Amino acid sequence: MTEPWRSLVVIVGVLAIALLVIMAQVWLERRIIARWQDRRGPNRVGPFGLLQLIADVIKLFTKEDWTPPFADRPVFVLAPAVVMTAGMMSFAVIPFAPTIGIVDLNIGLLFFLAMSSMGVYSVVLGGWASNSKYSLLGGMRAAAQMLSYEVFMGLSLAGVVALAGSFSLRDIVEAQRHGWFIVPQALGFVVFLIAGIAETHRLPFDLPEAESELVAGYHTEYSSMKFGMFFVGEYVGIALVSAMITTLFLGGWLGPWLPPLAWFGIKTFFFMCFFYLMRGSLPRPRYDQLMAYGWKLMLPLAMLNLLVTGAFLAAR
Amino acid sequence: MPIYSALRSLWHVFKHTFRRPITVQYPEERPRIPPRWRGRIILSRDPAGGERCVACYLCSAACPVGCIALQAAEDEHGRRYPAFFRINFSRCIFCGYCEEACPTRAIQLTPDFEMCEYDRQNLVYEKEDLLISGPGKYPDYDFYRVAGVAVGVKDKGAGERELPPVDVRSLLP
Ligand code: SF4
Ligand code: SF4
Repeated sequence: MTEPWRSLVVIVGVLAIALLVIMAQVWLERRIIARWQDRRGPNRVGPFGLLQLIADVIKLFTKEDWTPPFADRPVFVLAPAVVMTAGMMSFAVIPFAPTIGIVDLNIGLLFFLAMSSMGVYSVVLGGWASNSKYSLLGGMRAAAQMLSYEVFMGLSLAGVVALAGSFSLRDIVEAQRHGWFIVPQALGFVVFLIAGIAETHRLPFDLPEAESELVAGYHTEYSSMKFGMFFVGEYVGIALVSAMITTLFLGGWLGPWLPPLAWFGIKTFFFMCFFYLMRGSLPRPRYDQLMAYGWKLMLPLAMLNLLVTGAFLAAR
Repeated sequence: MPIYSALRSLWHVFKHTFRRPITVQYPEERPRIPPRWRGRIILSRDPAGGERCVACYLCSAACPVGCIALQAAEDEHGRRYPAFFRINFSRCIFCGYCEEACPTRAIQLTPDFEMCEYDRQNLVYEKEDLLISGPGKYPDYDFYRVAGVAVGVKDKGAGERELPPVDVRSLLP
């Protein structure tokens, strides 16, 4: 990646493909969940309902872009942009294949954690700036949930970092050449998966929007493309967490026969489907339960994992 | 967290991947509709081809939403018929009470449900729209053959399961 034009091509390509995958996810999720509920899902617009996506985007764009008069206008407009930007920024450090990837930061993992923390701001600010009670409740829940799950999200990855001896995602993938980290780090994997779901506030951890109690939580007052940004931001989160799980625990692009990019895609796809499965089958926990799991179960587990990994490495 | 039950639900939901969707792809694939489905209402005729409705207003009285309007009239034999008969389908809830109330089996609900209109006014059906040429669900029934006054269909005492009239003034057995 010496010539600047090559990096430019990669950046534009990654952005375009990431956006495409994210949009396709909306369709994919509806089809797959429909399948699990013995339905067919959208299949009218275009072949297999693929153009449903475009129809939905057109619909979103033509909706009235309404800012409530009681809202804090600049923050209200800024909030949805933050979640998109933070999510897309994280894609910069993900190594898709040995030669494809935007940057190879030596602190790639920390960058990812930092960017995913930025996502919290978006939700909290959105809830605050809307100046309505449901939004505020959603925003408060999001703040508490995402901050507490962030704690052990980082801790659960400490084992991986210790084993690989590097924060660079590329080095972490290379370190898995002789065995994926999901085996020695099974506990860390489970904790990271759960933290990842909570971090993207997807079901079953969608308490910030909890439509059965909070209308739509932090994005109650949003409409049109501003709502669309939150919506897409959620799918960016899914793609991102799936890609991170693939990179950190499943050996990223490593795999026999197929080209590296294909392996990366297959593994990521598998985890995205797992996200949909969670949405299709699990009920939402109560808020205090969510907090209790986080601090009383997940945090000790993450600590234990780190402790055992550390002891193992020291003994070796 | 009830981990076991969570994993079990994940597994149960996942198993549905290999199950056929139960969706009926409606416009291309037609659902099977049972014959006693309560759909579009018709007014039927008796086997002889006369209008069954005797304009007794019972359907209109039974209708919970009051969407049936009619006006009674009599022909030269004294047989009653509705001068107009109007059902407002934008109000009808397809409960079938009118069919149950009807003594002559004139009004019947049919398995047709495709009645969409762009204009609400088009859902008001007049007698021409309701009256069909056949007997509907009851091919042999003719009210005036088993009951009712003489209106040219049968004479007094000539109906089915009906005895000839008794001369109440005579003392002879
Ligand atoms: S089906 Fe029910 S609502 Fe409709 S006309 Fe008959 S009695 Fe009225
Ligand atoms: S349809 Fe039946 S119930 Fe209604 S007025 Fe005619 S005879 Fe009476």
